[in-house]
Amino acid sequence: MNAYNFAYLDEQTKRMIRRAILKGVAVPGYQVPFASREMPMPYGWGTGGVQVTAACLVPEDRLKVIDQGADDTTNAVSIRKFFQKTAQVAVTEKTGEATIIQTRHRIPEQAMTEDQILVYQVPIPEPLRFLEPSEVETRKMHALEDYGLMHVKLYEDIARHGEIATAYAYPVKVEGRYVMDPSPIPKFDNPKLESSALQLFGAGREQRIYAVPPYTRVVSLDFEDHPFDPSKAPHPCALCGAEDSYLDEVITDDAGSRMFVCSDTDYCASRREDAA
Amino acid sequence: MTTPQLDGGFANLSHDAAHAFRAALQAMARPGRIEMLALARPPAPCSQAAGALILTLCDSTTPLYLAPSHDQPGLREWITFHTSAPIVRPEAAMFALGTWDALSPVDRFAIGTSAYPDRAATLIVEMTSLATKGASLRGPGIKDRAQLSLPEIAAFQDNRRRFPLGFDCYFTCGDRLAGLPRGAIVEG
Repeated sequence: MNAYNFAYLDEQTKRMIRRAILKGVAVPGYQVPFASREMPMPYGWGTGGVQVTAACLVPEDRLKVIDQGADDTTNAVSIRKFFQKTAQVAVTEKTGEATIIQTRHRIPEQAMTEDQILVYQVPIPEPLRFLEPSEVETRKMHALEDYGLMHVKLYEDIARHGEIATAYAYPVKVEGRYVMDPSPIPKFDNPKLESSALQLFGAGREQRIYAVPPYTRVVSLDFEDHPFDPSKAPHPCALCGAEDSYLDEVITDDAGSRMFVCSDTDYCASRREDAA
Repeated sequence: MTTPQLDGGFANLSHDAAHAFRAALQAMARPGRIEMLALARPPAPCSQAAGALILTLCDSTTPLYLAPSHDQPGLREWITFHTSAPIVRPEAAMFALGTWDALSPVDRFAIGTSAYPDRAATLIVEMTSLATKGASLRGPGIKDRAQLSLPEIAAFQDNRRRFPLGFDCYFTCGDRLAGLPRGAIVEG
């Protein structure tokens, strides 16, 4: 006998999370409060994403978990094992074979398809939080669609640095209404937020769930004279030679040597396999 | 002794609820797409798809309104036995079940507040037919355009005008299920 209910959470909890997910889908970009549960891992390790994944999983799913693009880091391995144990689902490292992908801070390089769901782990879901610490105030600002403060912040970036210096968690406007934090993905990934896959966001400690349905308009905030620039390191990948992927800078010795490699390990590995 | 109010629930609670939710999620995320959902056998006049939705989403914390078309003792008892959902008047409902005519006027249902637009009702509308033809849809979840046989047009246009407030709908017919979030742009 398996000691866990399917996908760990009890049915009452899953119903509550499922209702929150559906309202999130109905109001794209709006953060739906939910009664986040204690999970058998600390806050900050993806408890929000884990709860959303648990509520969405079916036994036939094939799950992929990535942490900063990699399948083989601690966080990704632990979460993958967690669902193997509690939901007996199949797992994969191949982006194209997965039906659900839980991610921390990256969108896979390979384009997502209609049959896939991307679940993001979110630390701070409120894009205005570092500008306005009060939840009462930020809730009011979302209600009134009052996002002037965010534009002031981006403007001050330009005044100070000559460009918008925000490189990750770059704010977006969803379907012309809510300003949303796309989680700390690099801004390089922002164009991929307009996707044919359903995207769900879970913040466990902050108790929020939100969603971007397929084919939803997602616009990175910018100014006419300072248009949004996804930017990337001006190098090809040192392992697979890709010129179009997001790169991690890896320090290779104490003398300052470094190399740039794909952050998406599956993308890099499959390119090297194809080349071999 | 037959006990129809006790039968017809999910055979495998967690797996069936997971499959039903996945269908409900895809339906709401992709308006105009019809999902199949035949896991529950509720008493008449409730359809299989509507029954599965109620088993998947309703519990003692979700007040449910049964429109006159569906306010029948057998169905009431079935819902109470399986979900414990309190049966309430339309204004207090988080979920509502009935035919479109019986649910109307739909402006009675909760549409959320500007601070909490999620506090809005979900209507489960039982249809005599459900097909991907008829009203033209645009908006989130739809690539270019989709079509769905809606019971009317004006009510959904009024609903869209209040975005991000508004109610969300599921349409059910037998084992068929489709969704229409408040943000969908409905054209004749």
